[in-house]
Amino acid sequence: MLAVRRQPVTLVRQLSSIGAHGSRNASTLVLLEHRDNKLVPASLNAVTAAKKVGGPVTGLIVGAKGLDGVVQGSKSLGLDTILVRTSDDLAHQLAEPLAPVIANLVKQNNFTHVAAAHSALGKNVFPRVAGLLDVQQISDVMAIESEDTFVRPIYAGNAIATVKSKDPIKIFTVRAASWDAAAAGAGDAKVDEAAAEGLGKVSAKWVSEELSVSERPDLGSAPKVVSGGRGVKSKENFDSVILPLADALGAAVGASRAAVDSGYADNSQQVGQTGKVVAPQLYVAVGISGAIQHLAGMKDSKTIVAINKDPEAPIFQVADVGLVADLFEAVPELTQKIGGK
Amino acid sequence: MRPTNVNLLKVLVPIKRTIDYAVKIRVSNGQVETNNVKHSMNPFCEIAVEEAVRLREKHKSLITSITAITLGPPKALDILRTALAMGADQAIHVEVKEGTIVEPLAVAKALQKVVERDGYDFVVLGKQAIDDDASQVGGVLAGLLGWPQANFASKVELGDDGKKVKVAREIDGGLETVEMDLPVVVTTDLRLNEPRYASLPNIMKAKKKPVEKLKPTDLDLDLTPRLETINVTAPPARQGGAKVGSVDEVVAKLKEAGVL
Repeated sequence: MLAVRRQPVTLVRQLSSIGAHGSRNASTLVLLEHRDNKLVPASLNAVTAAKKVGGPVTGLIVGAKGLDGVVQGSKSLGLDTILVRTSDDLAHQLAEPLAPVIANLVKQNNFTHVAAAHSALGKNVFPRVAGLLDVQQISDVMAIESEDTFVRPIYAGNAIATVKSKDPIKIFTVRAASWDAAAAGAGDAKVDEAAAEGLGKVSAKWVSEELSVSERPDLGSAPKVVSGGRGVKSKENFDSVILPLADALGAAVGASRAAVDSGYADNSQQVGQTGKVVAPQLYVAVGISGAIQHLAGMKDSKTIVAINKDPEAPIFQVADVGLVADLFEAVPELTQKIGGK
Repeated sequence: MRPTNVNLLKVLVPIKRTIDYAVKIRVSNGQVETNNVKHSMNPFCEIAVEEAVRLREKHKSLITSITAITLGPPKALDILRTALAMGADQAIHVEVKEGTIVEPLAVAKALQKVVERDGYDFVVLGKQAIDDDASQVGGVLAGLLGWPQANFASKVELGDDGKKVKVAREIDGGLETVEMDLPVVVTTDLRLNEPRYASLPNIMKAKKKPVEKLKPTDLDLDLTPRLETINVTAPPARQGGAKVGSVDEVVAKLKEAGVL
């Protein structure tokens, strides 16, 4: 076997595709997603997952300019190298110009594993990368058992699948809620900055974006979340009942699909199978019945509190602390007793 | 006045048959039980069919045909009939044996072949299937075709000349609007539209609409899975159900749990 390890990289990689193990083969590229010159929280979870593969981990920062804060924030995460690849075409990280850049880097550097958070960006770009590299992507990975074996949720997390990939390159997205955030530690990754190569044609024009701006914690990564559901009955109620409780707890604000559909909260606040998947220390579900699709987005929270006037509401089956009560009385009382307004 | 120099469009709507979203699934013997369980068109696929039909209702002469397509077992014909009843004109059934695993990469390759064979301009499909929750086919297909993509669409505006499309898409934290020249791939998000129920007359009419049957070999498809499913388990059961009688008790429990 020793003789085999001295073979050129390409042969070693072929062997790893037929089942030889050994973290010497693995080399992982992880996309470091950022916004406003800062890493997004989910990038830190993606880094942890990337490290679990074993072997060196290279971070990739892409954009147009103004990335120094991202680079700084990435240097002490225990990464081997940070690649910074820039182009005006990548200002909005659209999939068309970006995916070929990533595919190109994978081929040039012989990365065996390619990771990103299962975020809107990861979901948008990575399948296109996988198509270009002819690889079957593995989405929303919760655990990594070995270089080729991944654990992921299916059926809204009501079943957990363990899958083994036969592809020589593994492309996967990471379920942020299942991984600890990589902490800033010692270590100073080397930074390699260059113009992006192999850009795809910019065939989509970025027109505008509308972001819900909030002083409150980010829903995807906050340790505490307060969510409102259909039982809240109006946007005015949502604002006057749910928000003060969230603020008293220092929590992020989420919502059920019903609440979003009725306009009580923004689309981006929806927690569920097709919205955000969160696993905070504390999840308070107010006026939420607990449909399968909602549970899919929060049932891994550490402590779940449910307040609902229907004692049969399915949410109580997953709640650690259930209170059958009129939320319009109970929540203001709770807010006041916690020390809020 | 109809604009001159108009691009007439052929629309393709890939759809998938999945276990119905309301079913509580069960895991036994290392797999999800699918026998005798209600199946339906994946909810996001319904939204895609609906969007195609609405676009034609809005831009009548622009859209020359709406074709629904699925890769699935014989029973998948059901969802093609539903799509036809909702307003699609014709369907393609790439039929595989019951129980055949068809991965997203393989689906995208099949769609690529059909797009190239028939020359579609606009492919609209669901953002994810509620069984595998992979959320891949749209992006993979766009990559294989080299077309622009607009995933997680919450609003689609087609230009009157059929050449451009503007899409508002859901991203983390809000909405992003992009504009693209056709041909494009669009995937649907939850709030794009509310799909219609097919009326009985339309269900009857749908029986006469053509369904082309293809075998994977007709499209030169290799469906060999790249992933091997080693095991499927139920997630660890959550010990829930504890109730308290007052807000004071809630506060006490939160302090106990260390979150207050």
